[in-house]
Amino acid sequence: MTEYNLNGQTCRGDKIKAKNLNFYYGSFQALRDINLDIPGCAITAIIGPSGCGKSSFLRLLNRMNDLIYGSRIEGTIELDGKNIFDKEVDVVDLRKNVGMVFQKPNPFPISIFDNIAFGPKQHGKKSKIELEEIVENSLKKAALWDEVKDKLGQSALALSGGQQQRLCIARVLSVEPQVILMDEPCSALDPMATLKIEDLMRTLAKNYTIIIVTHNMQQAARVSDTTAFFMMEPDRAGSLVEYGLTSEIFTNPKDKRTEDYITGRFG
Amino acid sequence: MEIRTDFNRRLREIQDDILIMGSMVETAIITSIKALKERDIDMAQQLINDDALINRKRFEIEEKCIKLIATQQPLAGDLRTIISVLNILTELERVGDYAAGISKIVLMIGNEEHLKPLIDIPRMADKTTLMLRESLDAFIKQDADKARAVIAEDDDVDNLYDQVFRELLTFMIEDPRTITRATRLIWAAHNLERSADRVTNICERIIYIVTGKMEELGASNY
Repeated sequence: MTEYNLNGQTCRGDKIKAKNLNFYYGSFQALRDINLDIPGCAITAIIGPSGCGKSSFLRLLNRMNDLIYGSRIEGTIELDGKNIFDKEVDVVDLRKNVGMVFQKPNPFPISIFDNIAFGPKQHGKKSKIELEEIVENSLKKAALWDEVKDKLGQSALALSGGQQQRLCIARVLSVEPQVILMDEPCSALDPMATLKIEDLMRTLAKNYTIIIVTHNMQQAARVSDTTAFFMMEPDRAGSLVEYGLTSEIFTNPKDKRTEDYITGRFG
Repeated sequence: MEIRTDFNRRLREIQDDILIMGSMVETAIITSIKALKERDIDMAQQLINDDALINRKRFEIEEKCIKLIATQQPLAGDLRTIISVLNILTELERVGDYAAGISKIVLMIGNEEHLKPLIDIPRMADKTTLMLRESLDAFIKQDADKARAVIAEDDDVDNLYDQVFRELLTFMIEDPRTITRATRLIWAAHNLERSADRVTNICERIIYIVTGKMEELGASNY
């Protein structure tokens, strides 16, 4: 088991463990032999050039790739020691536990309140008081409450891009996940909105395991505790080149390919 | 096609600047010892004035580094190089100050005869300037082994300093009237000893650039 010293605390890389993971789209191998131990209560960044499989890996973590025809998985991904690909795993439960925030904010075209209440309702929460409490808490955790508390009935689409993205984060939080996956969550946002999301991520990392895919190296350096560098092999399969503490990866990477990528010499 | 052409060019320019500043500092040491040997007050005064040029060069390079950090967000080996350059600049600038310090001692000595012909102090200067040249060579070649070898050479300078100190002490014990003159020469030798220590600091930075590890290797007795 890999152990990390994160912010003065020893964290064990035991929240999520990918073991000998191979992933195929039909005959095309997208990921090869990924072994990665991701610690809980921390932010892990996945970086790498386009097509290196980082988004594919992220999507495997809540089985979003299940929906892709012809995709096939070998190996395991364990969440808290349990393989998420096991037959008895309920994928709806898994996705409640492992939420996802996408590149472009995608609020539903309904009110702010209903956006947040949508998930809890699906999971059986009906009482108005309970839903109000969830909506308020989720919006507070996502640092959006003060900006929207007087207009919860308004359409979510009227919010700014940065607010919409925080709304999407609140929507994920409303179903009390353990893990939050973020696929380029700031690429459609301006610098101020980006910094707000990053601040929010740091706050959330105290209670949630966050995994972020980003092309923005500075963002990975700013926000994450550990960083994984993926690269495309000659046959275009993605593989993990190096994984370690962000502070190490960005000052003293062990692998020449990581060095070349983060210093902008290739990719 | 080379990626980050502009960044690479600017980084190389900074490395070249370090070489230029290094050779300015080397010349300052050589000149200060020449002025000491020949008790040449004009030469010493000129060198004290010229120290401003070294200081100016230092700020010029420092500014280039700050601009590169601010605009290019260097990482990994690039980041280590630029941060180390900022440290190396300080060390070089201090060696320049030591040379100016020796020149100030020359002014104090004025026309007074030396106690004895200077032999070991010029040797210390030769050794120190050689170490400086080798350290800059190691910097350009990114050669950690060479940097370690230069650090080991500091013992020679320390031994020479011991020798100078003991010898001048004997003069002072024999004849207290020599104390002022002997002390001034000890100061000059001490400036050289410290210069060599600064060179070992430069070498530690070179090792950091190459290996990413901070090693304290040049622990001096003084």
